[in-house]
Amino acid sequence: MEIIFSRPDGLVDVPTHYCPGCTHGTIHRLVGEALEELDLVGKAVGVAPVGCAVLAYNYFNCDMFEASHGRAPAMATGAKRCRPDLIVFTYQGDGDLASIGMAEIVHAANRGEKFTVIFVNNAIYGMTGGQMAPTTMPGQRTSTSPAGRDVDHCGYPIRMAELIAALQTPAYVARVAVHTPANIIKAKHAIREAFEYQEAGTCFSFVEVLSTCPTNWGLGPLESCHWVEKTMVPYYPLGTKKRPEDGPGPGRGVDED
Amino acid sequence: MAKVLMKGNEAIGEAAIRAGCRFFFGYPITPQSEVPEYLSKRLPEIGGTFVQAESEVAASNMIYGAAGVGVRVLTTSSSPGISLMSEALSYIAGSEMPVVVVNIVRSGPGLGGILPSQSDYFQATKGGGHGDYRLLVLAPATVQEAVELVILAFDLADQYRNPVMVMGDGMIGQMMEPVDFGDHPPPGPDYVEPEKPWACTGTDSRGRSHRNIVNSLYLDPEECHEMNVRLKRKYDEMAEKEQRWEELYTEQDVDVMVVAYGTMSRICRTAIDMLRADGHRLSLLRPITLFPYPSEPVRKAAARAKKIISIEMSMGQMVEDVQLAVGGSKPVEFYGLAGGLIPSVEQVRAALLELIEA
Repeated sequence: MEIIFSRPDGLVDVPTHYCPGCTHGTIHRLVGEALEELDLVGKAVGVAPVGCAVLAYNYFNCDMFEASHGRAPAMATGAKRCRPDLIVFTYQGDGDLASIGMAEIVHAANRGEKFTVIFVNNAIYGMTGGQMAPTTMPGQRTSTSPAGRDVDHCGYPIRMAELIAALQTPAYVARVAVHTPANIIKAKHAIREAFEYQEAGTCFSFVEVLSTCPTNWGLGPLESCHWVEKTMVPYYPLGTKKRPEDGPGPGRGVDED
Repeated sequence: MAKVLMKGNEAIGEAAIRAGCRFFFGYPITPQSEVPEYLSKRLPEIGGTFVQAESEVAASNMIYGAAGVGVRVLTTSSSPGISLMSEALSYIAGSEMPVVVVNIVRSGPGLGGILPSQSDYFQATKGGGHGDYRLLVLAPATVQEAVELVILAFDLADQYRNPVMVMGDGMIGQMMEPVDFGDHPPPGPDYVEPEKPWACTGTDSRGRSHRNIVNSLYLDPEECHEMNVRLKRKYDEMAEKEQRWEELYTEQDVDVMVVAYGTMSRICRTAIDMLRADGHRLSLLRPITLFPYPSEPVRKAAARAKKIISIEMSMGQMVEDVQLAVGGSKPVEFYGLAGGLIPSVEQVRAALLELIEA
């Protein structure tokens, strides 16, 4: 019998610790597939974050760093600047990247560091038990916003893809989602494209992926996918925000493609 | 080779290059900014890379990543910046990455001042960041010695897979002295860095045989304990093999034994020589490694002295290690000034005279 679907070479053959229904596994697979298809697994160095993906170094089938909270882009900067021939990527959640690591991600992007960032936005701190993140939706209940996120008290969620795209430095910036098969295919294309820009030595590449957290959202896996569509996508518009071919300048903001 | 007159900070930058370091990540802070300034010009000349980070937090994590891919790497800072780097230093120690960090110490706490101090002794030798870890800490007393110790630091970092700190007070960074690089020619075009089979250089580089992982996370308490035991074994080996110190005037009986390091040791030496010329009997022990601390040499030297004093540009930090070394057999006195004040020869001489006559 012909095998037409198997684990990509970019992933290690081990069970993951992710909760049932969580889409981290899907995103891991897309990264693993992209690395395999571009034949980059053996040249890749990944940087795991602190958060739900803290153990990602056990899952990606390449050399890996485990960074301190939010500092993955600084570690990746050190690695890529010293060994530009390596394919370096960070895999970070929203607490890690958009809160404690805001300085590191913005400055790495602004310097045009030629590595790839996979930014998983699930609108909550998953690992620590469902606290409010910078990306938590207005009114969303979390363990530290029990009455729902009050935007008068703590502001609106941060749109990272648009924030990064607003920098003058050329980059590839996209936001994708993995709550439907069609979106998963688009996400795969964006992740692959990000690695292609890195392989060509073109620019910093950043892919924000809207993800689910059934456990801490208190929703079933399917309901979670619906919640992404109904609640997150309208606030976090999908699409390519910026391409290096556009040259220096702010990105296109919120257009769809 | 002729000596050149160089500012300490610039000599430190050049020493790193002579040690085969081609990568620097750092952030400006007084009184060490001449290091990044010097290397921003010098590293591109030799095909190296200089990156000005957005903060000391980032700079220290950049060197973590750089060490992880197997290259010799340097960062430099001064006290408040080292506080910010302490997070990364804990991770770097935990994952056993070789890096060299230079601290050109200024006064604290808080923003403190920008003048020379030795008030980061506790931070450097007792921790700084979280967890059970140790830095190797080297303390130069001259610009020439700063050069020698920076070069040694790169070798020790690789040998022990451990972060090494060269800690000079602000004076070491800011003063100009003649330096001889004669024994340390710059690496030639065929220079290759020491091999590091543990580094993350892509699995292709080892025929896809295994993955390398740079990590300090051990969720299983038994494994985490085992990691700590492994580190302790390494620190014990350092303590056994890497103590460095200098002793001056080793006669059998002295009235006062002075313990001082860095710039302070030079001022003490002048004061001691003046007092000896007047017939007083004093000796000097200068620790060169602050961790591992030369405890046994201090204990032995103290056995030959009636009185012992630690003299520092702080409110009294190293004095605790002198007390530990002496083990309560004799009282250990302290003299020092903080805040960026450097005790003068006259002040030290007066303090020593008072102790002799007490």
